[in-house]
Amino acid sequence: MPHRLLRFAFARRHPEPRMFREPARLRDGYEVVIIGGGGHGLAAAYYLARDHGIRDIAVLEKGYLGGGNTARNTTIIRSNYLTPEGVQFYDASMKLWQELSTELDFNLFFSTRGHLTLAHSDADLRTARWRAEVNKHFGVRSEVVDAAFVKKLVPQIDIACGGHTPIVGALYHAPGAIARHDAVAWGYARGADRQGVEIHQGVEVLGLDVRDGAMAGVRTSRGDIKTKKVLCAVAGSTPRILRMIGLASPLAIHPLQAMVTEPLKPWLDPIIVSSSLHAYVSQSARGELVMGASLDPYELHSTRSTLEFAEGLAVHMLDLFPFLADVKVNRQWAGMADMTPDFAPIMGTTPCDGFFLDAGWGTYGFKATPICGKTMSHTVATGSNHPLITGFSLGRFARLELTGEKGAAAVGH
Amino acid sequence: MKLITCPLNGPRPLLEFVCGGELRDMPDPDLCSDGEWAAYLFKRDSTPGVKREWWCHIPSGYWFIAERDTAADVFLKTYDAADIRGAAP
Repeated sequence: MPHRLLRFAFARRHPEPRMFREPARLRDGYEVVIIGGGGHGLAAAYYLARDHGIRDIAVLEKGYLGGGNTARNTTIIRSNYLTPEGVQFYDASMKLWQELSTELDFNLFFSTRGHLTLAHSDADLRTARWRAEVNKHFGVRSEVVDAAFVKKLVPQIDIACGGHTPIVGALYHAPGAIARHDAVAWGYARGADRQGVEIHQGVEVLGLDVRDGAMAGVRTSRGDIKTKKVLCAVAGSTPRILRMIGLASPLAIHPLQAMVTEPLKPWLDPIIVSSSLHAYVSQSARGELVMGASLDPYELHSTRSTLEFAEGLAVHMLDLFPFLADVKVNRQWAGMADMTPDFAPIMGTTPCDGFFLDAGWGTYGFKATPICGKTMSHTVATGSNHPLITGFSLGRFARLELTGEKGAAAVGH
Repeated sequence: MKLITCPLNGPRPLLEFVCGGELRDMPDPDLCSDGEWAAYLFKRDSTPGVKREWWCHIPSGYWFIAERDTAADVFLKTYDAADIRGAAP
C-alpha cells in the first residue's frame, strides 16, 4: 500500500476518480424511471439492478444527488419502534446497515453508539416499557433502565434537568447508531452506476403520462421518456408529483429543522433523545453535536430556518447539558418532511398501474434507506407489495386501518 | 419573530398563535358514506399555494381565518370567521 501511495505521489497526473458517470442525455425510454436521487431512490435503483437484474433504469434528480432530506437528516439509525409492522421493518433495515459499508465497499462511518430515550415521567416510562416489550418480542435489543444507568453511560448529563423535569429512567436500545448520510447516497449511487443505472442530475419532472389507468411516460425538463414503471421517492415534493396523476394522499408538508455546534473533543457516546423536552442530540465523527427537535408547527414548503427553533432547542439542550452554554452553534438548516397522520410511511403500489410510491417518510426516513431500497425494488420488479410493507399501503387511510407509530417515531408528542 | 395580524388583537408574535389546519367542509357524519368520511379525515391537498386556514390566538382563545401562501410563508389576509359564514360552515 505505501508503495502505491508513493507512486501516486510522484505521478504527474492525479486523476480524480468519479463516483458515477454523468450521462450526456436522456434516452427515449427506460424500463424503470425513479424520481428522486436521494438515498431511497438510489437504494431502490441499486437493489433493482443487484437483486432483480433490472438495469435499464434512469434516476431523475431535480437538484443534486443526495441534496434533499438525505443531506438534511440527523443520521440516527434505530429499530426500537412501537408497532409490530414498524419494529420488523426497521430491524430488517438495521441488519442491512450493519453490513452496508462492506456491501458498498465504501466507508459510511457507521458507528454503533447505543440510543437512550429519556423518560421524565411515569407516562414516559409506560411508553418505554411498551416499546421495550414489543421490541423484545421481535428480537430487538431494548430495555428499560433507571436514572443511575443513564448517569453512568453519560456522566455529563444533569439528571435533575435543572430541577423541573428530572430524568427517572430511559429506554435503552444498544444497537442505535449513526452514519455519514452523504456517503450513503454516494455509495448507493456508485453501486447502481457500476451496474448500468443512469443517474441524471438537474432534471425536473414536469408531468406524468397515464394511459388507461397505467403509467406510460414521464415528461421532463430534458425531454419525454417512455416507461411503464415509475417509482416516486421525493419526500417533501410528493404532493406535487401525486397531483400530476390526480392521486390524493393525507400527506402534510412541514419543515423539520436541525443544527450543529462547533466541533468538540469526543465526550458523548450514545444518542440522547428526550420526548418531553422535544430534543435529541448525538456527537458526529468530527465532534459536532448534531441536534434536532420537533417539526415546525404549520405547513410550509420551504427550507428556511428560524431563530425561534434555535432558541427553543438550545434551552432544552441546556436543561440536559448545562455546560454547553458557551458552545457555539455552527450551522442550522431545514428539510421538508412529508408527514402522515399515523407517523408511518406510505409505500407500495397505487391505484395507477406502474406508479409506485415511497413517501410519508416524515422525520424518520434515513434509518429506513436500505430496507426501503430492498422492499421497493421487490415491489417495482414484481408489481406486488413486499410482505414487510403491507402495513404501509396508501389504501389504509380509506379503510381506516392506520398504523399508529407516533409514540415511537417523533419527539413532539 | 414573524408577526401575525389578529383580527381581534392586532399584530402579535407568531408564538401566540396555533394553526388549526385548512378550512374544509365537513360532510354530515350521519348521511355520508364511509368513503366520504375517510376522505374528509385524510384527503389533503398539500401542494404549495395560497390556502385558507383556521388560526387561533391562544391568549385570547380567538379563532379566525387566515389566507396564507404556503410556499413563501406569507400571511396575505386575516379576518373573522363570521365573514365567511354562509360560504362554508
